Amino acid sequence: MRTLIDLPPETSQPREQHAKQQPTQQKPSNNSGFSGKPERHESAIKHVTGRAAYIDDLATPANALHLALGLSPVAHGRITRLDLDAVRSAPGVVDVITVADVPGHTDIGPVFPGDPIMADGEVLYAGQVMFAVAAHSYRAARQAALKAVIEIDEQPANLDPVAAAEMGDVVRPTHQQVSGDWEKALADAPITIAGEQFVGGQEHFYLEGQACVVHPSEDEGVMIHTSNQHPSETQKLVAEVLGVPLHAVTVETRRMGGGFGGKETQASPWACIAAIIARRTGRSCRLRLPRSEDMRVTGKRHPFHNRYCLAIDNSGVIQGGDITVIGDCGYSPDLSDAIVDRAMFHSDNAYSLGDARVTGHRARTNTASNTAYRGFGGPQGMMVIEAAMEDIARRVGEDPLTVRKRNLYRQGRNVTHYGQSVDQVALLHELIDRLESSSEYWQRRQVIREFNASSPVIRKGLALTPVKFGISFTAQHLNQAGALLHVYTDGSVMINHGGTEMGQGLHTKICQVVARELGLDLAAVRITATRTDKVPNTSPTAASSGADLNGQAARDAALKLKTRLFDFAAEHYHLDREAMRLEDGYLIAGIGESERHISWGELVQTAYLSRISLSEKGFYATPLIHYDRNTGSGRPFYYFAFGAAVSEVSVDTLTGEYQVDRVDILHDVGDSLNPAIDIGQVEGGFIQGMGWLTSEELKWNERGQLISHGPATYKIPTYGDLPQTFNVQLLEGHPNSMASIYRSKAVGEPPFMLGISVWAALRDALSSLTGYSQAVRLDTPATPERVMAAADSARRMMLEAANGGRGNGH
Amino acid sequence: MIEFYLNGQPQRLAADAHLSVLELLREQLGMIGTKEGCASGDCGACTVAIGEPDSTGGLRYRSANACIMPAHQLHGRHLVTVEGLAEGEHLHPAQVAMVDCHGSQCGFCTPGIVMSLFTLHEEQRTRPSPLTPERLEAALGGNLCRCTGYRPIRDAALSMNDSEGHLPAWLADASLAERLAVNVGDDAHTDQVNDRFLQPTRLAELVELRSAYPDARLVAGGTDLWLEATQRLLDFSSIIDVTRVKELCAIESGEDSTGRPGWWVGAAVTYADLEPLLEREYPTFAHLLHRLGSAQVRNRGTLGGNVANASPIGDTPPVLLALDAQLRLTGANGTREIPAEAFFLDYKKTQLAADEVLAAIFLPAPTQGRELKVWKLSKRREDDISAVLGAFSWKIQDGCLSDVRLAFGGMAGIPARAKGAEAALLGQPPSAAVFQAARQALATDFSPMSDVRGSADYRTHSAQALLERLRLVMANSTDSSSTSAVQEVMLHAYAH
Repeated sequence: MRTLIDLPPETSQPREQHAKQQPTQQKPSNNSGFSGKPERHESAIKHVTGRAAYIDDLATPANALHLALGLSPVAHGRITRLDLDAVRSAPGVVDVITVADVPGHTDIGPVFPGDPIMADGEVLYAGQVMFAVAAHSYRAARQAALKAVIEIDEQPANLDPVAAAEMGDVVRPTHQQVSGDWEKALADAPITIAGEQFVGGQEHFYLEGQACVVHPSEDEGVMIHTSNQHPSETQKLVAEVLGVPLHAVTVETRRMGGGFGGKETQASPWACIAAIIARRTGRSCRLRLPRSEDMRVTGKRHPFHNRYCLAIDNSGVIQGGDITVIGDCGYSPDLSDAIVDRAMFHSDNAYSLGDARVTGHRARTNTASNTAYRGFGGPQGMMVIEAAMEDIARRVGEDPLTVRKRNLYRQGRNVTHYGQSVDQVALLHELIDRLESSSEYWQRRQVIREFNASSPVIRKGLALTPVKFGISFTAQHLNQAGALLHVYTDGSVMINHGGTEMGQGLHTKICQVVARELGLDLAAVRITATRTDKVPNTSPTAASSGADLNGQAARDAALKLKTRLFDFAAEHYHLDREAMRLEDGYLIAGIGESERHISWGELVQTAYLSRISLSEKGFYATPLIHYDRNTGSGRPFYYFAFGAAVSEVSVDTLTGEYQVDRVDILHDVGDSLNPAIDIGQVEGGFIQGMGWLTSEELKWNERGQLISHGPATYKIPTYGDLPQTFNVQLLEGHPNSMASIYRSKAVGEPPFMLGISVWAALRDALSSLTGYSQAVRLDTPATPERVMAAADSARRMMLEAANGGRGNGH
Repeated sequence: MIEFYLNGQPQRLAADAHLSVLELLREQLGMIGTKEGCASGDCGACTVAIGEPDSTGGLRYRSANACIMPAHQLHGRHLVTVEGLAEGEHLHPAQVAMVDCHGSQCGFCTPGIVMSLFTLHEEQRTRPSPLTPERLEAALGGNLCRCTGYRPIRDAALSMNDSEGHLPAWLADASLAERLAVNVGDDAHTDQVNDRFLQPTRLAELVELRSAYPDARLVAGGTDLWLEATQRLLDFSSIIDVTRVKELCAIESGEDSTGRPGWWVGAAVTYADLEPLLEREYPTFAHLLHRLGSAQVRNRGTLGGNVANASPIGDTPPVLLALDAQLRLTGANGTREIPAEAFFLDYKKTQLAADEVLAAIFLPAPTQGRELKVWKLSKRREDDISAVLGAFSWKIQDGCLSDVRLAFGGMAGIPARAKGAEAALLGQPPSAAVFQAARQALATDFSPMSDVRGSADYRTHSAQALLERLRLVMANSTDSSSTSAVQEVMLHAYAH
């Protein structure tokens, strides 16, 4: 019988009989070449026993209030009547507020103004919050909210981002990046090729919806528990809404039941509303969004409309061109400036664009304000160049992988369209070569061509797509982090930092960093909740930066403390300071015969009695990065993370149904901090990216109301979407070329874009219907409906070609 | 009063009629291990296990979505939640496997996944059978995880039977089943506070209550009705629970009004309990069940609910139309048996009179030469609602099609047959030209609508595509080298 205590931290190897049953299952190997260990998630046992507490699990006083929101049913209009009498008099209701009841700021735009905390005179999207009601129970509050009498003078709703961009109706100014004479490149090119695409958005579908619990404090402020990627921003916005200084507001986040970017800016409004009512009533307030409201109220991944016109030579190598990306931002700026920037930064993916112009529009529409989502615009930008790769391949009659490889950044062609050099191009080429070989790409290509030649209905597709993803916040000031390290007199260690845990294993990695520096068992190091009163002025846990930034800050704190303890020990015990080290729970001084061991516990006790501080703070700011918006150039990224995936699909070209048969992934995480966690991020990111491009379809009706607002109508991947064969490996032997934390690399976002290989494989299968002579446009998400329509269009192209005309594929 | 066992301990409490098991746990009992992810039975975060006495005198545990299960249905059952598995620091093998395989990231879906794994573990412990990919998919398809991508969860499912772990003491308590059996009396169990949750045990009693409480809503699995409580926040005036009515829970072989042999399936028979019969007699229908909802839904949802609900996108009604099933309606003035096709009048309108209940569904036995194909089109293969569902039944006599029944869901306000397309096929050889005519006729048989699941255009074209698939399947089956050929017109994961 095993207990919580003696569970080994390592993964167990699959038993042989099961390995036979499903021979493709992968587990991170225990004896990997990485310096980090595959420790289990710090909350794993709490997760499986139901003891891990999320926001709605927190206890509140018996008189706590439950909040519900009143939402606009209309996408755009003037509010002519908002009669809340029936809401106020509904059973159990204690308080009702509108924007008129906000004591301080009413605009809670996180970066730029434009986000009213509640609708103020006009509504700008269906689902916008108009009022909030507090009652003695969750059900009473929600039932009361339905009783509002709302009249709105409905105005035409703009739901077309392309039209908005053309009219100049944008939430932020259009931005361009230009390298070289792109017009000349197009004019001189032997071949020009053009295309366009629609790339759909994505609902975060964090399993734990938006939620907070707010307690009024004994002075003028509040204590907030929130499911939140950016506690410091919530602290600031709540203080501004209440009209109190920031030190009156404390925000705590222990863990999130998923974030994915959806709780970076969009967790704050709920804390602001709950804080107002908590101050008005003097009672604790609970606010959580029911799933369908969460989906209607909060922003999503930006849908994009992309266009390209590229100059290529006869072998399909890009000479230059013009790329336009139009992000559908919704009604307000939110983070859209940086998101569309990141789409532009990634419209090259891993390929040199030559002399190119990249233009990014931030279109305004009457929908929820679209926001951060894993990849932050990068995936949508990459889609345009991956579409072009397939189109070019059909045009020049080469395999898409051949064309992709010819276009990869390489020595001599390693400067991006925004002026940053891509180092580690050798890594990129090696990674793709290895995956090409381990996945047996070319053998399978041959088999698939033969299969397709004799299979009229079922067609197979295969594609390898690379990922090059820039790591750093493109807003320079966010690239900083703090940490707070305490050692208690029994030797146990507490580390706090500015990052938040949303399942990505950040806290586990940070504990590993501290344990490694202090030479302790992982069990000796603990993390509690992220709190604004422990580490102030933090950045959001976003941009894959959590471990990079906070890991360095925690290490900084540990190194400083270590230095102090070494100085103390050298003096106190008269030891040689030079070779002193902390290992396996001991301070070790000297070498060989003269080696001396002092246990960690004794060292700490002695230091305490000698009045040596056992607490330290750490700080980190990423060096080197800069970007000039006036010139559209700079070095926005500290480094790039790489990866590649090969996906094979089978498509029923009659009905548009398809299945993913096999996926092979090789991904670069530098020297992994924790291979088990990193594999989890790679696999989970891939499946989430695949879902974005396949089954996850957001739909609005003609009035701008979201009609896919629950899991019954919005379909994220489920168990059966896991490919039966799923070979996932981390690239070993390539530490980060930059001085990141232990030469590891960020892993949160980059693998998401490996999912593009599934979409590219679908297009490959569709192209087979044209004998691989034409590329077939496939907008996303590639639902069976879209795949069926694309198959029909491919067959029509062939008919037209056979009837004497030339097909007009790009 | 609801009397039940919770993690091995007896409970006796009162609850509002609209209360769900999840609300009972989280709000009334303060047991917060079970999570709410959607409150609509679609994500599985709230999965619990329900133990019911089985024929062997033990308890059989099945997964359920606590968010849409009426709390009153716990009466006489053993409710197991994630808190009930580990004893102190000793973890259940499913929990050990999930930890060892790194099966949790954010952890919010994890309690639900652990409970689905627990029910699978119990199945393996009491009725071991190979853990095929299909079986794992059936067990886990109703638990959404947004973080892991499911691979480590698959590994946990495959390794948990070999995991060292600890079984909770109540699993070995044989008297639990006896004590639960004593709990379930023959009398109508009612909420004694206000008579709002009525649980008749006999059909006659059910029919009486139907007339006595004309405003009452009938509930079986609650997998649709309970969304009105959790999503529309309705307070039901009263509820009549049909799941304890003995006649409604039985499958009996017999004849229908036209003398055909077959089975009368009680309207409250769950999909899970129907599955063995279908596996034996109509494998293609059974295959559809694997794609109907999730295990949590199939364990609670009923064939009768799917019919009486009269949704145009219910999965089973088109199959019943294709099979020419009959329905038995019982009311104050007696019982009548009608063809399933006559039951559906208009969108959500049926033949059921105010005093009547759907008592049973007649499935005719397969007959020599009659073929059945059922194909469902949806955005996601598992746990999704049809955009279009086609159920086709036919015979070939002397090289020509006869007895053709082409039924569709998602094409009209009711599940309906494509009469024009049927006419085009009837008496004709299954040739390309004949099917071309049938596809054309199909376009005029229906004027489907556009909605979140698909456009009108897609519905028409994909329904036509299913007819083309039907032709190809027929062509394959007349070809002697057929087994591999069938694979070529359908993907393996969808084939049947």
